Amino acid sequence: MPSFWLVIVLIALALAGFVLGRKRALATAGGDMKQLHSLPAYYGHHVAFSALVPALAVLAIWSLVQPSLIENRVSDMVPASFVEEGHTIDLILTDVRRLADGLDAAVAQGALSEAQAADLDAGTTDIRALLGDLGVALGADVQPEILAAAQSYRGLSDTASTAKAAVVILLALLGFGFAYQRTHKDFRARNVVERGVMALLIVAASLAILTTVGIVFSMLFESLNFFGLHSWRDFFFGGTWAPNFRGDSDLSILPLLWGTLYISLIALLVAVPIGLFAAIYLSEYASAPVRSFAKPLLEILAGIPTIVYGLFALLTVGPMLVTIFGKGDDGVLGVEWMSGATSVLTAGLVMGIMLIPFVSSLSDDIINAVPQAMRDGSLGLGATRSETVRQVVLPAALPGIVGAVLLAASRAIGETMIVVMGAGAIAKFSANPLESMTTITTRIVSQLTGDTDFASPETLVAFALGLTLFVLTLGLNVLALYIVRTYREQYD
Amino acid sequence: MNQITALDKTVQTNKTKISARNVNVHYGDSHAIKDVNVEIEDNTVTAFIGPSGCGKSTFLRCLNRMNDTIDICRVTGDIQIDGENIYDPRVDPVQLRAKVGMVFQKPNPFPKSIYDNVAYGPRIHGLAANKAELDEIVEKSLRRGAIWEEVKDRLDAPGTGLSGGQQQRLCIARAVATEPEVLLMDEPCSALDPIATAQIEELIDELRNSYSVVIVTHSMQQAARVSQKTAFFHLGNLVEFGATGQIFTNPEDPRTESYITGRIG
Repeated sequence: MPSFWLVIVLIALALAGFVLGRKRALATAGGDMKQLHSLPAYYGHHVAFSALVPALAVLAIWSLVQPSLIENRVSDMVPASFVEEGHTIDLILTDVRRLADGLDAAVAQGALSEAQAADLDAGTTDIRALLGDLGVALGADVQPEILAAAQSYRGLSDTASTAKAAVVILLALLGFGFAYQRTHKDFRARNVVERGVMALLIVAASLAILTTVGIVFSMLFESLNFFGLHSWRDFFFGGTWAPNFRGDSDLSILPLLWGTLYISLIALLVAVPIGLFAAIYLSEYASAPVRSFAKPLLEILAGIPTIVYGLFALLTVGPMLVTIFGKGDDGVLGVEWMSGATSVLTAGLVMGIMLIPFVSSLSDDIINAVPQAMRDGSLGLGATRSETVRQVVLPAALPGIVGAVLLAASRAIGETMIVVMGAGAIAKFSANPLESMTTITTRIVSQLTGDTDFASPETLVAFALGLTLFVLTLGLNVLALYIVRTYREQYD
Repeated sequence: MNQITALDKTVQTNKTKISARNVNVHYGDSHAIKDVNVEIEDNTVTAFIGPSGCGKSTFLRCLNRMNDTIDICRVTGDIQIDGENIYDPRVDPVQLRAKVGMVFQKPNPFPKSIYDNVAYGPRIHGLAANKAELDEIVEKSLRRGAIWEEVKDRLDAPGTGLSGGQQQRLCIARAVATEPEVLLMDEPCSALDPIATAQIEELIDELRNSYSVVIVTHSMQQAARVSQKTAFFHLGNLVEFGATGQIFTNPEDPRTESYITGRIG
């Protein structure tokens, strides 16, 4: 039975459970709601959830685990000779799965009977042509061993699916029966539902955390693969980045890190003063109408996709900078310092613009959180507004603002599209902001786009880069939190 | 301070410090203060009493133009301090507020050290030429605020770490550090316990020697204890103004009597 129908059945059971549980509770109280411990709906929910939740959980886990278990079994059937011919076992298993799915489709569409499908012989039937007619394209002619593996795959899947359906429905019925049997007017259904709600919330929270852990581990394993193929010394301490798809590349993160930090620094130099001053104006000086008009406008900036910023960098800011710093005698300054539109300054300026609303809206919230009593106290002593801002409001808001800046920094370090389009692709150490440079994120993109072979260090380096980036931004975020916590106590 | 009953108070007449004429305040469409006329004397504690929302805090905030910081607030009329109209365009409200100090309902020390809290005003207004002078001002102000003995060994500790009563005395010290001539207090004891309240009240009585003090209070006992003059506000009107003993024992207006005896408010 497909999972879809299983879920429908479970939901139907749950609905029935709700109605029956509610009814039974009312019946035990003689129809008088006041006799019940909880509102009738709680008894219904209790039965419904008891039927639904464990069964759904088992269904989900089973569906996740089943394919890999079956593939393990099937992979034993594939002869070792196949693996050696330059195919990885994963590719062969993909073929097997495809063939099995194709046969299922053939049966479903009536091209083959169940018996015919089971008795196919790779030697006599051209399975590839047969399935091709049904819209299932196979990469190569089917070998008997693959067919055998596919048949076995089908058999195992079939058995497992039946077992799954049986177990899930049985579990649902058990849950239903147990909860229904417990339903009584003195049963504290409300408290049970409350615990259930808490469990649901805990699951949601843990899922978010587990996903992060999962991401870190997947990056970590691929990075370890990379460090198995490439020296970690070169990666962390080498001086050049020169990937070479024939092998033997120099893959050092340092030039990329330099580019990343340089561009982020310029971005922050743009975003922090402007963002902070905008926030101060909006929260301390602007009248209510101006504020209600300007704040959403500023926040529109935050909604622009970064690719649009990238276009802006490439088509507007870059050429403008070239007109100022380049073009020789035709330029504004009459100098020839900048040749192309892509440069550290281009990317940094545009990224700074992107970060303005981020900095300003965080700082605005933080500044608004400073109690009005502080401002009154300062103004009441004869301080001007700007003295009040500088000496009372900003110091009180400083930890929060530092946190906001660090968050912006970690956004800048992880930003991709703007640097892909605005910064250029040359990895080097240079202090000249008018040269093009490249960043970690840009290199990850370029190493992983196009035809990639996930066994070469040139590709796997992307994961090591990604992991470094992750550690970097995580470090910044932890630092931000630490600063905020340390200084906050002083002001509470 | 001894428990002086309102009756015993002798009222000597001092020169007028603040004189308000036909003061009206509007918040948007609502008329918060209606034609208030009052003469506040120097070296006197003047109490503003009245039920919540009667406008006494609003009027207090007119005296140092704190209402200017509220966009929708409009003040008309004439308020003179030492004969000078404080709403004259030539008057800088920032300078005015240094001359008319204010203490707020809730203690609001800045998130700075005790020293920096008190030194805040003098620094802004350039009252000290060097560190030694500033130290002197800070010590003098803390002594005036009757808190010097408690904090002299920890001037670097954050002002927010003090108890509520200490914080409020710190705020008073901070206000007197700019050498104001008038001290406005907006329910300075409403967030404090009775012991801290008693300390503040004692302090207010001492401050009278140097300043003209105006205090808004909800507690009629407090008004009776600390003030020489009392003004009763009701619904934005100044109903009655006179010697505290007079107001509390023999009010002229029936509304005042009702309030004092607890029938309205």
